[in-house]
Amino acid sequence: MIGGKNSLFGPVDATANSGYGDDHPPRKGFFTDTSICIGCKACEVACKEWNDVPADHFDMTASSYDNSHSLNANQWRHVAFIEQPKRLGAQDPGLRAPQVTDLGMPTARPSDTLTVEEGEQTDDTKPDFRWLMSSDVCKHCTHAACLDVCPTGSLFRSEFGTVVVQDDICNGCGYCVAACPYGVIERRRAPDGAKNVGIAQKCTLCYDRLGAGQTPACAQACPTESIQFGDVEELRERASTRVAQLHEAGIMDARLYGNDPEDGVGGAGAFFLLLDEPEVYGLPPDPVVTTKDLPQMFNRASTAAFTLLAGAALAFVGRRR
Amino acid sequence: MSETTDRNGTGPAAARDERQTTAVIGSAGGRRIGGGRRGGRRPGGRRKHGPGAEQQMVPEAEFTSYYGRPIVKPSPWEKDIPIYLFAGGLAAGSSLLAAGADLTGRPALRRTGRFGALAALSVSMVALVHDLGKPSRFLNMLRVAKLTSPMSVGTWILSIYGPFAGAAAAAEAVAMLPPGRRVGPLRLLPLLHRPAGLMAGLAAPPVAAYTAVLLADTATPSWHAAFKELPFVFVGSAAAASAGLGLVGAPVAETGPARRLAVGGAVLELAAEQQMERSMGITAEPLHEGKAGRLMRAAKALTVVGAIGAAVSGRSRALSALSGAALMAGSACTRFGIFEAGQASALDPKYIVVPQRERLAREGPVRYEE
Ligand code: SF4
Ligand code: SF4
Ligand code: SF4
Repeated sequence: MIGGKNSLFGPVDATANSGYGDDHPPRKGFFTDTSICIGCKACEVACKEWNDVPADHFDMTASSYDNSHSLNANQWRHVAFIEQPKRLGAQDPGLRAPQVTDLGMPTARPSDTLTVEEGEQTDDTKPDFRWLMSSDVCKHCTHAACLDVCPTGSLFRSEFGTVVVQDDICNGCGYCVAACPYGVIERRRAPDGAKNVGIAQKCTLCYDRLGAGQTPACAQACPTESIQFGDVEELRERASTRVAQLHEAGIMDARLYGNDPEDGVGGAGAFFLLLDEPEVYGLPPDPVVTTKDLPQMFNRASTAAFTLLAGAALAFVGRRR
Repeated sequence: MSETTDRNGTGPAAARDERQTTAVIGSAGGRRIGGGRRGGRRPGGRRKHGPGAEQQMVPEAEFTSYYGRPIVKPSPWEKDIPIYLFAGGLAAGSSLLAAGADLTGRPALRRTGRFGALAALSVSMVALVHDLGKPSRFLNMLRVAKLTSPMSVGTWILSIYGPFAGAAAAAEAVAMLPPGRRVGPLRLLPLLHRPAGLMAGLAAPPVAAYTAVLLADTATPSWHAAFKELPFVFVGSAAAASAGLGLVGAPVAETGPARRLAVGGAVLELAAEQQMERSMGITAEPLHEGKAGRLMRAAKALTVVGAIGAAVSGRSRALSALSGAALMAGSACTRFGIFEAGQASALDPKYIVVPQRERLAREGPVRYEE
């Protein structure tokens, strides 16, 4: 909706901007601390179970340990697995292995190199690679491009400040799919016979559970509390404390992503602590909501339309032939 | 299923790419953009065809990505949408020509324009409904009017334009009936003749222009980056196509304005396209590669040939009609080419990462400022 001056860009109370009164609940969201994610994928499974999201993509990617591909219509949570030739702070993978240089698919090594011998763990014998794992999800942006461009009103802002699709109103136009700067939302195509084929699908931040005062299924299932659910205001504070803590511990790679209400999407309802550049995790480095440029787009289009009208009129001026 | 996997960049072709990009990822921890070549990603960039060797004009971009997988999703649209874009432009331009022809007493050009507009509008509606899957889904668009959604705005623009274009075409058809057959309500239609045609002409320009906003208001790199010039490319293309239809359908004695519109439209389209590519940076690359590249080259050639033909073929009906057909084909190729380039740009994370990194290096992160 175009309401106030920050409707398309800038910090704004997403919920109030969408017309909820003062008595709406505080904005809810996630702080995902990827530094403690163990890649167990409990969140992926819990989400599928609770929301009855069908499974497909049983094919392997043949390039990494990530077997769930991407966020898509049938994958509302996605755990990325990144293998890097870099040591992570105090991470001890429990392996005594020679220097790892080949970063293709790891192959099985003779079992003796996998045996951990007590007392032999020195820094020199630790593998110099690290795993980065990160559970990704819809960002529930403050300025949500998907919601802005939806022509049916199927996507709406809930009273919790989250972005939800109503599958009975969505007409499957797919506009939201191309508009999301994070590649989150997608029209369901498969498997045959699944419900809502042809309809846009994404994380609802477990709207049904929030309504009942519950924690979303993925956060509930996360054994390490890598996925923290709560009031966005409070989560932002928690995130700053955590990143400061990591910096103090010498992990200077730690950074927050998506927490700033002045950023390109007006801050995300779901934000992250990352240990490397966003693109390493498959996230855009500096996303901006596409509707930020919408006023300019309409201006240019109006000028073009006028040019066409004037051009057609001019064509009829002059020689009569 | 194969379509599903390909769209997610997880098909066999993508798997090949992923292995290559793993090498780039493998040395992650830093990013290298705009440097020399490494990693052996497929050669991109514009090529200059000179005598002897090919020369790379845009250096291979270095960037880090997650196993080469796409960051944004390509639109799920198929060929329905470029058909819709082309037919919408053709309808709009035809209504304008018809209105002008009506005011200046060119009955055959008017008839061609009005029937052409209705036919093109019908094609675009069929394409749209086919894309949505079932007609009832179109009605969901009429639930709301949303200024932030170009698709919603476009639906309303079409809902205003459509009835006028339809009424003008109906009046035209009734006028062709022998007077004795104009019975009942049909007798009223001639009254609407001119007003309906003029209203259709006034409502037409937004129909031709809004489709550019429709594409640009997305995260698809090669569409969004084109937002400043795309409306001009599209209205130029609409003018050229509809003038082409006029040349095909009307006798040479009446096509003077169509010829002028053809040349003007073609010049606008080509000039705006040139300017657009200059301002798009690296995201202009997909316009030169693969299927999109072939379509864009065909579009240019057909438009140039058609415009020259329109300008010089004054006395020959056959040559006029051929030029007209070339102009329409050129316009169609422009729509398909720009559509395909956008889809290709969404599938390669380079077109997200590199421009955003360049912007970060240049201006720092995008932040709201009072
Ligand atoms: S991440 Fe994408 S799908 Fe989620 S709210 Fe933002 S724009 Fe919409
Ligand atoms: S696919 Fe559905 S949710 Fe997405 S923009 Fe279209 S109507 Fe809205
Ligand atoms: S909040 Fe609910 S819908 Fe969203 S990822 Fe978690 S479990 Fe799935």
